[in-house]
Amino acid sequence: MIVESLVFYTFSAILLVSGAMVISARNPVHAVLALVATFFLGAGLFVLLGAEFLAMTLVIVYVGAVAVLFLFVVMMLDISFAELRQGLRRYLPVGGVVGLVLVVELVLVELHWTVLPRVLSKPAAPIPPPDQVSNSHALGHILYTQYFYLFQASGLILLIAMIGAIVLSLRSRAHVRRQSIAEQVGRRTEDAVAVRRVPTGGGV
Amino acid sequence: MASFWTFVWPLILIVAAIVAIIVPVLIGVAYLTYAERKVMSAMQRRQGPALVGPLGLLQPVADGLKLFGKEMVIPSGANPGVFLFAPFLTFVLSLIAWAVMPFGAHLVLSNINVGILYLYAISSLGVYGTIMAGWASNSRYSFLGGLRSAAQMVSYEVSMGLIMVTVLLCVGSFNLSEIVLAQQTVWFAVPLFPMFVIFFISILAETNRAPFDLPEGEAELVGGFFTEYSCMNFALFMLGEYSNMILMSAIAVVLFLGGWLPPLNFEPFAPFVNLVPGPVWFALKIAFVLFFFIWMRAAFPRYRYDQLMRLGWKIFLPFTLLWVIVTASALEIFGWLPKVVP
Repeated sequence: MIVESLVFYTFSAILLVSGAMVISARNPVHAVLALVATFFLGAGLFVLLGAEFLAMTLVIVYVGAVAVLFLFVVMMLDISFAELRQGLRRYLPVGGVVGLVLVVELVLVELHWTVLPRVLSKPAAPIPPPDQVSNSHALGHILYTQYFYLFQASGLILLIAMIGAIVLSLRSRAHVRRQSIAEQVGRRTEDAVAVRRVPTGGGV
Repeated sequence: MASFWTFVWPLILIVAAIVAIIVPVLIGVAYLTYAERKVMSAMQRRQGPALVGPLGLLQPVADGLKLFGKEMVIPSGANPGVFLFAPFLTFVLSLIAWAVMPFGAHLVLSNINVGILYLYAISSLGVYGTIMAGWASNSRYSFLGGLRSAAQMVSYEVSMGLIMVTVLLCVGSFNLSEIVLAQQTVWFAVPLFPMFVIFFISILAETNRAPFDLPEGEAELVGGFFTEYSCMNFALFMLGEYSNMILMSAIAVVLFLGGWLPPLNFEPFAPFVNLVPGPVWFALKIAFVLFFFIWMRAAFPRYRYDQLMRLGWKIFLPFTLLWVIVTASALEIFGWLPKVVP
């Protein structure tokens, strides 16, 4: 349909422009904002494909959480832009070589890619018609039946990553003043206040 | 030109529907500010706005006109593009979420399958407006306000997500209309009462309202992230904030208070409560939740920042996580899991 392709080309054009801005913007905060725009437009493309669940998850996870933390860190960094420019010239040869190797690898893979006929003959799972089964139900059916162990394993990997991050960043410091609410509430008058009869000029 | 009209006619219908949603929301925003001042003044034994129009009813209009007439100031150290975009983003995000809200049976602009996820995604985007405003103003107060609000909104979103998961477990669908229809026997506020309370406190924190209004924190941060804003930019922030309050109340009503369904929908009362149309019940319930918002502001002092974080991460998060497991186990053991069409 003509409207759909119009929307698709608009979205992808803005997506490519903002993707280019991510690596070309002089100000790092502008780069992160461009990254946010890229994620958002990517979600728009998912919606056009009919993958509504993936689109919403992309916005919630990447835009709502990951990019906010990026922005948080980048805003607090004190970056001198002149130094960044100098670094560019130094690292350009190494980066260029890595990029070239990746491009060559991709091209070689693309040229020699073949799918075994027995893989083609049995698809991973029958795809239900989208007008009968909603995205989330279909995903749930596959994730919790066929790929259950892989799903659990990825959850465990995420848990380990989280624990690793906590262990790496946790420092136990002495002399930290923390509020202990139970202690505050449990204080009694007898423990805190003493009433004494003090003679004049005598002191306690 | 039949083909032309087949494209244009639905477009006109959609635009009309959007106007029919946005205009009441904006009027609601204007009178929410009035209601807030009147209710708080009643709680504090004052009169509140009483001079402009009968009972002060034209006060919001006067406030709006005054803001229009002010000069727009862009600080010389500010980043003008981001500075101007931030209030615009806040305002737009608070309005586009209404696209999926079910106002009545079949009375919804866009009845998408992932409605609740859409709302969650839009509300998680809201943090960008404040953090961009805080950064672009190039002022210490604004920046601290922006950082506080980013940390606060991200923290409370986690427990909000888990609360939505408990509701979804009982419904078996992401669709907002189906969530409402699943509450025909009993509203989820009754079986999931602790979740309802935590959700209400979380939306207070999510909309930066008292007692969690640290991003604004007049006492220590002047005005927080919108210290440097004036004129229509400031008005857009205020509109966005109040419209977000109405939106979050609407989400609470849909998730826990039965959406457009009438209360007391059983025998002796059913004929009477069904006389009132669904959208009116929906609006009344939103007003009920909003009254609690205002009441909280009048009743409680502001939290300290470490207390706010402790409440979010050390109390709400473990509790909601535990409650998800309890709910899932109860549904599984008693066989109450919703029947899902494959």
